[in-house]
Amino acid sequence: MSSVDLTLRVNGKAVTAKIESQTSLVELLRETLRLTGTHVGCDTAQCGACTVLVNGRAVKACNMLALQARGMEITTIEGLASTSGEMHPMQAAFKECHGLQCGYCTPGMVMSACELAGRVKNPSDTEIREALDGNICRCTGYQNIVKSVQMGLAAMTK
Amino acid sequence: MSDLSNQSPLGQAVKRKEDYRFLTGGGRYTDDIKLDNQAIGYFLRSPHAHARIKGYKIDAAKAAPGVLGVFTGSDIKAAGIGGLPCGWLITDVNNQPMKEPPHPVLAIDKVRYVGDQVALIVAETLEQAKNAAALIEVDYEVLPAVVKGPDALKPGAPQVHDAAAPNNTSYVWQLGDKAATDAAMAKAHHVTRLEFDNNRLVPNAIEPRSAIAHFDRANDQYTLYVSNQNPHVERLLMTAFVLGLPEHKVRVIAPDVGGGFGSKIYLYAEETAMVFFSKQVNRPIKWTSERTEEFLAIAHGRDHHSVAELGLDKDGNFLALRVRTNANLGAYLSTFGSAVPTILYATLLAGQYKTPAIHAEVTAVFTNTAPVDAYRGAGRPEATYLIERIVETAAREMKIHPAELRRRNFITSFPYQTPVALQYDTGNYAASLDKCLSMADVEGYPARKAATEKKGLLRGIGYSCYIEACGIAPSRVAGALGARAGLFEVGQIRVHPTGKVTVFTGTHSHGQGHETTFAQVVADRLGIGMADIEVVHGDTDRIPFGMGTYGSRSLAVGGTAIVKAVDKIVAKGKKIAAHLLEAADTDIEFKDGKFSVAGTDKSLPFAQVALTAYVPHNYPLETLEPGLDETAFFDPANFTFPAGCYICEVEVDPETGHTRIDKFTAVDDFGNIVNPMIVEGQVHGGLAQGIGQALLEGCIYDVETGQLLTASFMDYAMPRADDLPTFQVGTTCTPCTVNPLGVKGCGEAGAIGSPPAVINAITDALGVREIAMPATPQRVWQTLQQNRA
Repeated sequence: MSSVDLTLRVNGKAVTAKIESQTSLVELLRETLRLTGTHVGCDTAQCGACTVLVNGRAVKACNMLALQARGMEITTIEGLASTSGEMHPMQAAFKECHGLQCGYCTPGMVMSACELAGRVKNPSDTEIREALDGNICRCTGYQNIVKSVQMGLAAMTK
Repeated sequence: MSDLSNQSPLGQAVKRKEDYRFLTGGGRYTDDIKLDNQAIGYFLRSPHAHARIKGYKIDAAKAAPGVLGVFTGSDIKAAGIGGLPCGWLITDVNNQPMKEPPHPVLAIDKVRYVGDQVALIVAETLEQAKNAAALIEVDYEVLPAVVKGPDALKPGAPQVHDAAAPNNTSYVWQLGDKAATDAAMAKAHHVTRLEFDNNRLVPNAIEPRSAIAHFDRANDQYTLYVSNQNPHVERLLMTAFVLGLPEHKVRVIAPDVGGGFGSKIYLYAEETAMVFFSKQVNRPIKWTSERTEEFLAIAHGRDHHSVAELGLDKDGNFLALRVRTNANLGAYLSTFGSAVPTILYATLLAGQYKTPAIHAEVTAVFTNTAPVDAYRGAGRPEATYLIERIVETAAREMKIHPAELRRRNFITSFPYQTPVALQYDTGNYAASLDKCLSMADVEGYPARKAATEKKGLLRGIGYSCYIEACGIAPSRVAGALGARAGLFEVGQIRVHPTGKVTVFTGTHSHGQGHETTFAQVVADRLGIGMADIEVVHGDTDRIPFGMGTYGSRSLAVGGTAIVKAVDKIVAKGKKIAAHLLEAADTDIEFKDGKFSVAGTDKSLPFAQVALTAYVPHNYPLETLEPGLDETAFFDPANFTFPAGCYICEVEVDPETGHTRIDKFTAVDDFGNIVNPMIVEGQVHGGLAQGIGQALLEGCIYDVETGQLLTASFMDYAMPRADDLPTFQVGTTCTPCTVNPLGVKGCGEAGAIGSPPAVINAITDALGVREIAMPATPQRVWQTLQQNRA
C-alpha cells in the first residue's frame, strides 16, 4: 500500500487528495471528499447506484480506481443543481413524475439519465428502458422513471 | 399544485416534500454518517451450512495492525447474553408453544447457515478488520445440511437444533374446521388439486443494511444509527429482551432508509452485537453490509411448499378449501418469522370468496438457510398465489370462464365473517373485476391472440383477485393470536407559537412518502399550508413511541393517530378561541383554518390561537394549561382489507422460452386515497416485485452443501427497466370503516396480487396446468419441450 497524490476535477472544482493507490473512485467521493450523494448498492458493478459522470460518460464509480480518474472531470449528483440550489431539469423531472421513492438508487439513475441526453435524441420508452438496464431500482417499478427521463431529456434539449 | 392555500390537499397528487434532498444528494442514510473517532466493524461469517464449532484461535487477529477488538460467541456466552427474541408465539395443534431454539447474537457451539455470524472484528479500517478476520482460525466439524422445507421432515434429516427442535419442527399449526372441510370436500362434484412451491426471495433493498453503534461514556448513553423500519421496536427488543440495557439510555435513530420491504423490521444480530461491544471498545463502531453479505444474512421471504385442494359443486360454487403447507423458517426464528406462515397467511385463505369450509395445516421447519421473515406482502402473497392459482385451474378444468367462476363465488355482503378468523368490513369485488375487465380490454383479447400467433408466438391471459389484511393491527386480536407486542401507533402534533406545525410519527418512511402524505392529512384538518408542516420520524429521542412501518399500516394506523392528535389540538384551540371571542366552547366552529363563533362573523385564525397558547396573557389559566402540543395513540378495531383484480397478458416465444408481459392491468380498492400519485407509485413498485417473483427471482441453495448459489446481482435476477411493461392502473373505492380517514393501505397489493396473474397467463399461453416460479426462459422452454414430447 502506498499513498499517492491525486488531482482531478469534481463538480467543476479542482480537487487534490492523498489516497491509497487501491482506493476506488466511489470511496474517494464518499469517504475522502464526503460527497455522500453517490451511493453503493453492490460491489459487482450491477446496481448502478454509484453512477457518476467521468468526462461526461456514465461510469459505475465502484468499478473504477480513483487514480484512473486523474485529471478528469467528475460530475456527481451534488454537481447538478445550480449554485442557488435550483434543480437541474432532470432532477426536476424526477420530482414532477414521482420517479423516486426511497431515493437510494436515485442519484445513479439521474446521472445515467443525464448521460443519455448526450447520446440519444427523443428516445422511445423501450430505448430508455434499455439505456437504464444498468441501474436497479427496487421501489418504483421503473414506469415513473421512464416518464421522468422523457420529461428531463425534453427539458434538457430545449 | 402551485397554490394550495384555498384548497385542501387531501386527495391531490401533491409532489413530494422529501424529493429535493434525495435528488440533490442530500439524503442522509446510515452509511453517509461518519462519527468522530469512528471504528469499523466486520463480521466473520460461517462458510459452512452446518458445523460444530470445536474451538477458535483469535490471538493473531487480536494482534493484527489496527485491531481494536475481536469478539466471538464465547464472549456472548460469558456475558450471559441470551438470544434474539421472536415477536410472535404460535401455539401448536397440541396446544403447546412453538419450539424456540436460541438465536445467539454470535454463533455459540454451532453454525447453522452459510453466513451465520461467527465473530465481530473491530478495527481502524475495513481493510484491517478484513485482514484480521482472515487470521481467525475456527475449528469446524462440518455436519450434513438440509435446505429444503420438506426435506427437513424426512427420517434421518440433519437436525438443525438437535433436541431444542426435534424433527426440525417449530410447530404444526392449524386454522379452520377440519371436520367440516373434509365432509364438504367428500361431497364435492369436482376437486382441483395443486402442489407447488412459493419460491424463496431475497428482499434486496438497494441500500444494504448499515449500523453505527456508539457508547457515550460521559453520559452513559448508547446511540444506534440503523437502517431500520421501526426504531422503537428495535430498541425495545434489544434492551428488554436481549441486552438488558435500560431502554431510556438507548437512542435508536433510523435516518433516511433506502428501502425496506420488510427486511429492515427485524432485530438483527449484527447491530445487537455492535451495541453491546461498543461499550468495551469505547469507540463508535460502523458496519455496512456488502451485497453478498445481504444475500447471505438478511431475512429472506416466502419459501413455502403447499398442497391445496378446492372442492366445487357442479355449478362451480366453492364448497371447501383444504391446504397443507410446509413453511421453511430458515435456521432461526426471525422477529416475526413465526407469524408470517400462520397469522398473515392462513387467515387470508378465504380470499374474496364465500367458501364455507376452509382448513389449513402449517408445518414450520428449521433448515440450514438464512432465516425467513416478512417480505413485501408477508404470508398474503403466499395465500393469494395458492387461491388464485387453484381457482384459475378449477375454472379451466370445469370449462367456466375464470372471471365468471370468481364472480359466482364473490363475497357480496359485508361485514363478512370468514371461516378463517377474519371479518371483512367492506368491499366490492365485482366492481374491481368489472373495471379491470374493461380497462384490460378483455373483449379484444381474441384478436390480440390471433395477431400474436401470426408472429409465431404464444399468447395467454391470467386473472388474479386478491385480498389482504393490512392496517396491522388491532392489538387485542393480535395478542389473542400470539403477538408479543401491541400494534397501535402514535402521533404527536406540536403547534409552534407562530402556528407552524411539527408532526411526530411512530411510523417510518423509507420510500413511502410519509413526509408528504401525512402533511396533506394535517394540512386538510388544520387548514394550513403544506409548507407550514414538517413530519418527523425515525428517532426514539424525538418521537414518543411507535411501532413502525410494515403491513401497509402507516396511514391507516399511524395516520389515524395523527388525526386523533389533531382532533385534540382543535378541541383545545376551541376553548382558547372561546375565551378570546367571549363565547361558549360549544359555539366555536373550526373550519378552513379559522375558529369562529357559530352564526357570527367573529373569528380568529389558527395562528393567533396558537400564539395565545404560548403567550397566555389573556387565557383561561384556571381551567386550561398553556401550550398547544398533543399526542394520541390509536389502536384500530380491525384490520383493513384492500382488495383488487389484476389481469396479465403475456407473449411467449416458443423458440427461446422468453416471456414478455404485453399488458398488465391492476385495479385496486384501497378505500379513500390521500395522494393518488404516491399510491400509484406504490402499486407500480409492488407489481415489479411480484412480477420479479413470477418471472425472474429465485433464491437457490445447493441441496448437498447448503451453499447459497444466488449470492449476488449477477446470480439473482432482479427486475430491471427492460423486464417490465408499462402498467395500467386504476382504483375503485369502498371507504374503510375502521379508521376516520377511510383508508386501507396500498404498499403491498402489487406484490400480493401479481404473481398468480402472471403464472395464470403463462400456463394459459403454454396450454399447461402448472409451471413453477420463477418462470424463467429455461423453465418455460423445458415445459414446452416436455409438453410436445
